[in-house]
Amino acid sequence: MRVNVTPEIVAAHGLKPDEYAHILRVLNREPNITELGIFSAMWNEHCSYKSSRVWLRTMPTTGPQVVCGPGENAGVVDIGDGQVAIFKMESHNHPSFIEPYQGAATGVGGIMRDVFTMGARPVANLNALRFGAPEYARTRHLVSGVVAGIGGYGNCIGVPTVGGEVNFDPGYNGNILVNAMCVGIADADKVFYSAASGIGYPVVYVGSKTGRDGIHGASMASAEFDENSEEKRPTVQVGDPFTEKLLLEACLELMAGDAVIAIQDMGAAGLTCSAVEMASKGGLGLTLDLDKVPCREAGMTAYEMMLSESQERMLMVLHPDRTEAARAIFDRWELDFAIVGETTDTGRFIIRHQGELVADLPVDVLADQAPMYQRPWTPTPPAPYLAATDVPDTDDIGATLARLMGGPHLASRRWIWEQYDHMVMGDTVQRPGGDAAVIRVHNSRKGIAATTDVTPRYCAASPKEGGKQAIAEAFRNLCAVGAKPLAATDCLNFGNPERPEIMGQFVGCIEGISEACIALDMPIVSGNVSLYNETSGVAIPPTPAIGAIGLLDNIEHMATIAFKRDDDVILLVGETNGHLGQSLYAHEIAGRRDGAPPPVDLAVERRNGDFVREQIRAENIASAHDISDGGLLVAVAEMALAGNLGCALDLPKGACLRHAFLFGEDQARYVLGVNAAKVDALMAAAHKNNVPVTKLGKIGGREIVLDGKSVHSVTGLRGTHENWFPDYMEG
Amino acid sequence: MKARIHITLKKGVLDPQGKAIANALSHLGFDGVEEVRQGKYIEIDLAGSDSTQARAKLDAMCAQLLANTVIENYAVELEA
Repeated sequence: MRVNVTPEIVAAHGLKPDEYAHILRVLNREPNITELGIFSAMWNEHCSYKSSRVWLRTMPTTGPQVVCGPGENAGVVDIGDGQVAIFKMESHNHPSFIEPYQGAATGVGGIMRDVFTMGARPVANLNALRFGAPEYARTRHLVSGVVAGIGGYGNCIGVPTVGGEVNFDPGYNGNILVNAMCVGIADADKVFYSAASGIGYPVVYVGSKTGRDGIHGASMASAEFDENSEEKRPTVQVGDPFTEKLLLEACLELMAGDAVIAIQDMGAAGLTCSAVEMASKGGLGLTLDLDKVPCREAGMTAYEMMLSESQERMLMVLHPDRTEAARAIFDRWELDFAIVGETTDTGRFIIRHQGELVADLPVDVLADQAPMYQRPWTPTPPAPYLAATDVPDTDDIGATLARLMGGPHLASRRWIWEQYDHMVMGDTVQRPGGDAAVIRVHNSRKGIAATTDVTPRYCAASPKEGGKQAIAEAFRNLCAVGAKPLAATDCLNFGNPERPEIMGQFVGCIEGISEACIALDMPIVSGNVSLYNETSGVAIPPTPAIGAIGLLDNIEHMATIAFKRDDDVILLVGETNGHLGQSLYAHEIAGRRDGAPPPVDLAVERRNGDFVREQIRAENIASAHDISDGGLLVAVAEMALAGNLGCALDLPKGACLRHAFLFGEDQARYVLGVNAAKVDALMAAAHKNNVPVTKLGKIGGREIVLDGKSVHSVTGLRGTHENWFPDYMEG
Repeated sequence: MKARIHITLKKGVLDPQGKAIANALSHLGFDGVEEVRQGKYIEIDLAGSDSTQARAKLDAMCAQLLANTVIENYAVELEA
């Protein structure tokens, strides 16, 4: 393909004039179109993190539990007994907006490949989803496609989808967020990395054939949408979960031996990114012969092959004398296997096609000299404290509770997770609907708890507190099932970083997340950044989605949110000040969207979380639930619904205003159900640890009763809570 | 009027089902199968006799429900 590189073509590849000038300088000549495509793929925001790198470096990424932090395909954390958990969350936002089913499906496929590339068998998938307002015309179509796509891929490959979260907000009307997380388990001595080593070793392509899928998907993922984005449609790639299942089994079989030196999945920017990363991490050069690349279509150009985002492909460097044994494995699984190049000591990335040299580029320039910007940023102006006295009380608590529990923000997500196989593999010990999902580590008593969290309305009002809160809520969700929080992955979704106020949100969230990670001992071990989530200049709410995992030594000592039996005592852990600013009550009931979000006291979070976890382990707790969206009464109602048992609560005397007490979203709080005989022991431990615990009432009956008056029947509330989603989707 | 609608994947879009069919055929011993592309076929009986109107209606049906025009093409044949 002979194409003259014009300024228009450079711009169409998303390269700025000064970036192109840098390319001319280091090459000392004009790049050809294939080389330009390679630079564009390597230097776009998605692959190079050029706007975010300076800030990502400031995040805490180490700890005694961390085996491998950010920079590899996924993060690796020690879970004892010679085993590791490998996990990551990644965005597939733009493709899912354009083709929701395939976009979400290939997002799930991509994140699973990141995990099994490193030698782990995927054991759980989670998804953090944000859609536009329910009444927005496209929302229903997008929800239905995304959920079907996630289920379609995960169910076919046979990995349970066990948890996640869903928000609706008009801020996502033109830019939905689909953040997929995968957790896998591997033996600690069988973890595989992407750094190539050895000279003259074979570079091997395995998996599906290369087609013209998603050409320039990675560049598209970094381009702002405009009204014409529908025309970018044909670039969306189609997933094939059955092939991915074969690839998973073939890779794990190969990894059981000693053939693999380095391995990298082909994700965004496919062959280009995987080859350059392996060479760069190993400090080597690499040659590719594109005539050897298995192609699905005739007549593919070098440009197309280098930028194709066809799914279910991997690139590996193998021991030369193990290559034929490796080929036999992939033949048996009916997957393509082709030696497409070799490692060199030249530091150059050299590509040949049909007898011609089509690219000759320095690896270090592509990988390490990608532009890095210290973008100007302006801090988000602090939101003033909103006093509870300025938020109107409600005269009907039952109706208010029903409106919250039967609205888009808190309604049961059953309609979604019933489409997911959440039990396949037989190790799901805590299903969707609780604070965190729990997966048994096969053939052991250990469990991995996993959750995804962020509250975008908090982040919008105060990026720093919102960032802290995202980690704190993940910490609470893990503690509430009895798991020791281990580490987190972040999926940072923001608008256009070239706007100082958006960059300010990014910086604020990073600062908050970092502070909380340190205080709660949950380092960030992997992640992904998705910027330019804007339509016509309007950005999404800042959404730094956090995925976190924790460890249960013994799944027998696990708590769930369900009320267990009559006469158990209901206890409130933590202090209630009645903070209504940015609460769901303020937003949905009082129509107040101003005010600061609840402040996060990380020392208190840690103290209260450690206390709850210890008490679960001591078998003093029958049910536990963290308090988040909707506040105390919502948490209690969710426990009542889960256990199909009512309760009677008495408001503590001298507490804050009633509506602030019931619906305020103060942090570091939990509701517990405790057997009456164990209350004294628990209270004594609380006293010793300086943890405030208040008796709220007891479990029993069929109603939720407040100060002697029935607020709502459990059955009636269940209908409201369960029906919103199916009713909405039937629309 | 009877409409016959063929819906096929656009050129270049991966067809996992077609791939599975091709694989199965070669396992059954049919050699020489190079590629299989599959799609779906829909028949619709429509009231009325105005073929221009019918075509417009069928186009709308394909765009809104029958075909996923992001990755699929459709072709409509009308029989009076």
